[in-house]
Amino acid sequence: MIDVKRIERHRLGAERSFLPSVARGMVTTMRHFFENLFARRETETLRYPEERQPYPPRFRGLHRLMLRDDGTLRCVACMLCPTVCPAHCITVEAEDVGPGPEKRARLFEIDELRCIVCGLCVEACPCDAIRMDTGVHAPPTVRRAEAVYGIRRLSERGGRSIAVQGGAPDWRPR
Amino acid sequence: MIERRTLAIGLPDWRELESDDQLPTEPLRINMGPSHPAMHGTVRIVITVEGETIVGADVEVGYLHRCFEKECEAATWTQIFPYCDRLNYASPMLNTVGYACAVEKLLAITGEIPLRAQYLRVITGELSRITDHLTCNGASAMELGAFTVFLWMMKAREWIYAALEELCGARLTYSWVRVGGVATDLPSGWIERVRRILAKVRRAVDDCARLLVDSRIFRDRMEGVGVISAERALSYAFTGPQLRSTGVASDVRKDHPYLVYDRFDFSVPVGARGDSYDRFMVRMEEMSQSMRIIDQALDNLPPGPILLDDPAISLPAKPEVYNTIEGMIRHFKIIFDGIKVPPGEVYGYTEAANGELGFYLVSDGTGRPYKCRCRGPSFVMISALAGMIKGGGVADVVPTFGMMNYIGGEGDR
Repeated sequence: MIDVKRIERHRLGAERSFLPSVARGMVTTMRHFFENLFARRETETLRYPEERQPYPPRFRGLHRLMLRDDGTLRCVACMLCPTVCPAHCITVEAEDVGPGPEKRARLFEIDELRCIVCGLCVEACPCDAIRMDTGVHAPPTVRRAEAVYGIRRLSERGGRSIAVQGGAPDWRPR
Repeated sequence: MIERRTLAIGLPDWRELESDDQLPTEPLRINMGPSHPAMHGTVRIVITVEGETIVGADVEVGYLHRCFEKECEAATWTQIFPYCDRLNYASPMLNTVGYACAVEKLLAITGEIPLRAQYLRVITGELSRITDHLTCNGASAMELGAFTVFLWMMKAREWIYAALEELCGARLTYSWVRVGGVATDLPSGWIERVRRILAKVRRAVDDCARLLVDSRIFRDRMEGVGVISAERALSYAFTGPQLRSTGVASDVRKDHPYLVYDRFDFSVPVGARGDSYDRFMVRMEEMSQSMRIIDQALDNLPPGPILLDDPAISLPAKPEVYNTIEGMIRHFKIIFDGIKVPPGEVYGYTEAANGELGFYLVSDGTGRPYKCRCRGPSFVMISALAGMIKGGGVADVVPTFGMMNYIGGEGDR
């Protein structure tokens, strides 16, 4: 049997004269008014450009490309992020590095206007090369082409990643 | 000199009329929307009025159509989550939870989802339900002139958005639910912050109720407006708060419990008359019932994994990807090929904020859906709007449509 709660509709008595509602409404709004006036810590308004709401650590903002210890990009152009991106906003072109099987990104572009900030690219990256933890929005631009971020602008905010790769000796699955 | 008689084409001369009620009028067609302050979500209603009375209405939807179903056919099962966030943008979490439940039903893993993930889905889903009802009630009250209520409710919604942002990384476009569980666990101290927020939201909702519930101005605008009978509502396939406002106690969470809803003690609010006031009150009551559910879920939140550990379905943990070739291959296979859902079809349905949100999925065994049909509750219910506003005044369209809570993202898709 479903637990049902019936909505009760009060019969309006003195309220029919509008006045009790006005009085009750004034009491409520004046309470809020004085709370805002004297208990400033509870006030929600910010003096915006000077004060800003801090973003939580998990906030997804502009992308950044992470670097290895020697300062090169961590990205190995595995094409996972352009594949998983639902908005098709990432363009990666690979190139060979030296004689071995290694490759790296010759071109890495993110169109921040197309990006829907879902974070799937970060989840997909197998070598911690792309992150969205910069804590800033994509800034407004005059021309659309300026919102396409290349390797230089994406790695400006990048840092060294501490993710250990390539078979840490003491790591065991589960 | 042109006579006045020839100007009023086809109508009797006003001087020959005997009383005011015979004033010559002819039906006038006016547009409400698609861009109109009270037509949220770009809906156009072509109204035929005779004087102040509406004699005909033609509701046009589809201005926000963006090929949700066709886009889904080109996306992997995981890539659809960001699209689902943008269905009912007033409660995105409920859409993604509904979609995830449908995919899991097709994968036949509904019973294997980790308990903690199910609890987290319930908590965030109910928080989203509160934000949806706050948006609907606040916006409708504002359209009737109660701007204070709107600001207080938006403030309360903002607190909940802040909590969800802390958890998922975005205020609205969470993309946090995954097939088999959820993406991230709770940040530290989140439970205490949510409890504090809920106490504040409860106070804000009580304040708003004090301003509106027994106020005659508000009651005069809402009572007896947009009435629909239970039989008619059922024949129009109403679900959710709008069906409950007519007195039918129907709630997917109670009738066909999914996730862990059968573990919680909550009641289903029902109205009696099926007018806009009942809808408003049902939504107000549902908010406090949602808070009851969240309180119970936070108390009983079990520890454990948040994502099903199935090599064919969920991405492996990052250290495994970084350090083992098996993890790396599994990671690549899932992302490049998508989750291989077995061929078949399924209809998964959950209780979203507006009613029954259904996903009819057809899989052909590739990593992408063959068909992903979404039953948006407000799209189904908008068909009854023309009948509900006929016979009323032009001003009655605003509360009726506001309490209809037509969300363009979910209706037009």
